[in-house]
Amino acid sequence: MHFILEPGFFSNGPVRTALIIGGVTAIVSAVVGVFVVIRSQAFAGHALTDVATTGGSAAFFFGLSPLLGFIGGGVIGAGAMDLIGVQRERGRDVATGIVLGTALGLAALFLYLDTTKSASTGATQQILFGSIFTLDPSTVPLVIGLSAVALAIITSINRPLLMSSLSADLTRARGINLRAIGVLFMIAMAVSVGLSSIAVGSILSTALLIGPAASSVRVARSLRPALVMAAALGVAATWLGILFAYDSFYWVPSSQGLPVSFFIVSLIFLCYLVTGIPFVGRGFRAATSRQRDVSEESA
Amino acid sequence: MSDKPVLEVDSVCVTLGGRRILDHVTFDVRAGEFTGLIGSNGVGKTTLLRAILGLQRLDEGHILVSGSPISPRNRSLGYVPQRIVVDPDVPMRARDFVALGLDAHRYGLTRRTPRQRELVDQILHDVDAERFADNRLGGLSGGEQQRIFIAHALISQPKLLLLDEPLANLDPKSVQEVVALLHRVARDYGVAIVLSAHEMNALLPVMDRVVYLTGGRAASGTTDEVIRSEVLSQLYGHHVDVLKLHGRVLVVAEPGQENEDIPEHATLTVN
Repeated sequence: MHFILEPGFFSNGPVRTALIIGGVTAIVSAVVGVFVVIRSQAFAGHALTDVATTGGSAAFFFGLSPLLGFIGGGVIGAGAMDLIGVQRERGRDVATGIVLGTALGLAALFLYLDTTKSASTGATQQILFGSIFTLDPSTVPLVIGLSAVALAIITSINRPLLMSSLSADLTRARGINLRAIGVLFMIAMAVSVGLSSIAVGSILSTALLIGPAASSVRVARSLRPALVMAAALGVAATWLGILFAYDSFYWVPSSQGLPVSFFIVSLIFLCYLVTGIPFVGRGFRAATSRQRDVSEESA
Repeated sequence: MSDKPVLEVDSVCVTLGGRRILDHVTFDVRAGEFTGLIGSNGVGKTTLLRAILGLQRLDEGHILVSGSPISPRNRSLGYVPQRIVVDPDVPMRARDFVALGLDAHRYGLTRRTPRQRELVDQILHDVDAERFADNRLGGLSGGEQQRIFIAHALISQPKLLLLDEPLANLDPKSVQEVVALLHRVARDYGVAIVLSAHEMNALLPVMDRVVYLTGGRAASGTTDEVIRSEVLSQLYGHHVDVLKLHGRVLVVAEPGQENEDIPEHATLTVN
């Protein structure tokens, strides 16, 4: 027990902040992620993480809050992708690729300036790979507020969004504004990516966005169980990752501990592997179909 | 059945990319009628259906659905598009998709009422889809998916159901089943059906009317009125023969006149 849960885990201030921000972020990422997977927009999601990198590194250089930099970058990137044509099926990859490339170029510039300015490579490490233990507790309300915004967007457009993921023509025929739905979703995605950037780093936020969702979509038969399961997997991976990283301070003598992001991403990948085992999928489906009569209406 | 048409297409012209796709196309559909929109690929069937849905701007003419101009708020229309590709990974049961037919356009979280759930069960029963209602939509066969798309379109109880090439890519047995199903729901639900196809033979037993589309122009009427050598020759602008054999129809051009405008049933593939 001592080995698993090193002393002081729950009484440690930075750990508490990390657990709260990590948990909330994991839920938002998982919920948005399920729709990203259904819409096959994983590439766009990853591009947003790169734009978030640009925003975060720029914010660092100008001495602004990295969180707002991440999110601002993501929203601007989402807008640019929409303008270039992410709405058109065939334009999607091209628009994404162009924005991604440009954003990384700018990020290279800002990260160079950041390291020059702070005379250390810490900034690069922090922006790309996160530093959840160094978060200021005062960012917690902002994180929760932004999470609420992203979840509110997804909740309010969930049905048109689902419909538009299946057939553009059918959606238009229902009088739904396809473009507005697409833009709102991109904004939710940008906010989600910004949040996970401060938790696991901008480069790794793709893992938190896609991983739990891709795992749950493998086994859940309908949307609501998929959302619940993705959120649960995301939170579990994040919290366990934080625990392992905390413990790792004690694993190796005189070590500084291993990065949280490494543990979180590894656990997510493990989830994905396990849910690929046919037996696991069947078991979960059997468990959820027993409750079907209770929760017939899907989200 | 009232005499008022549920669909009036009046002198509709559409030009796309400088090419006139529809040239003064005119026809009516009355309540409960089964209309086949027949023509080869690329002849403008999808454009015409999109025009009826209000998704295609008209250069001339007008379209009325149940007596009023089409708008997104006009919910008296059901639609089954040509291609819906549902990835097997999408976590959605067939019944979830049918239920979306009721409320896909609604925002926010609203619980589905017991009445709505009954409606979903009822329609799944009516299209004979109960067996696979709880399976993932993406894992169903083409014919099974087609039943679910039809149920999705029917659940809002439209007056008019538009289907774009629903029989393409189905095996012959599924074609028979889907046609029989549509014939049955047209009667039971009192819904008029407009179905586009490049192959009319499977539809001959159920079609009340045919709209034959070629070169942007259309001829409409009962099968006997339209599928005749004189009518089709005039439409094609050159002589074609119409052969009726064993309850099937073949449209055949003279040698040298075989053009791509003749639907696939023209080629001699009687089976």
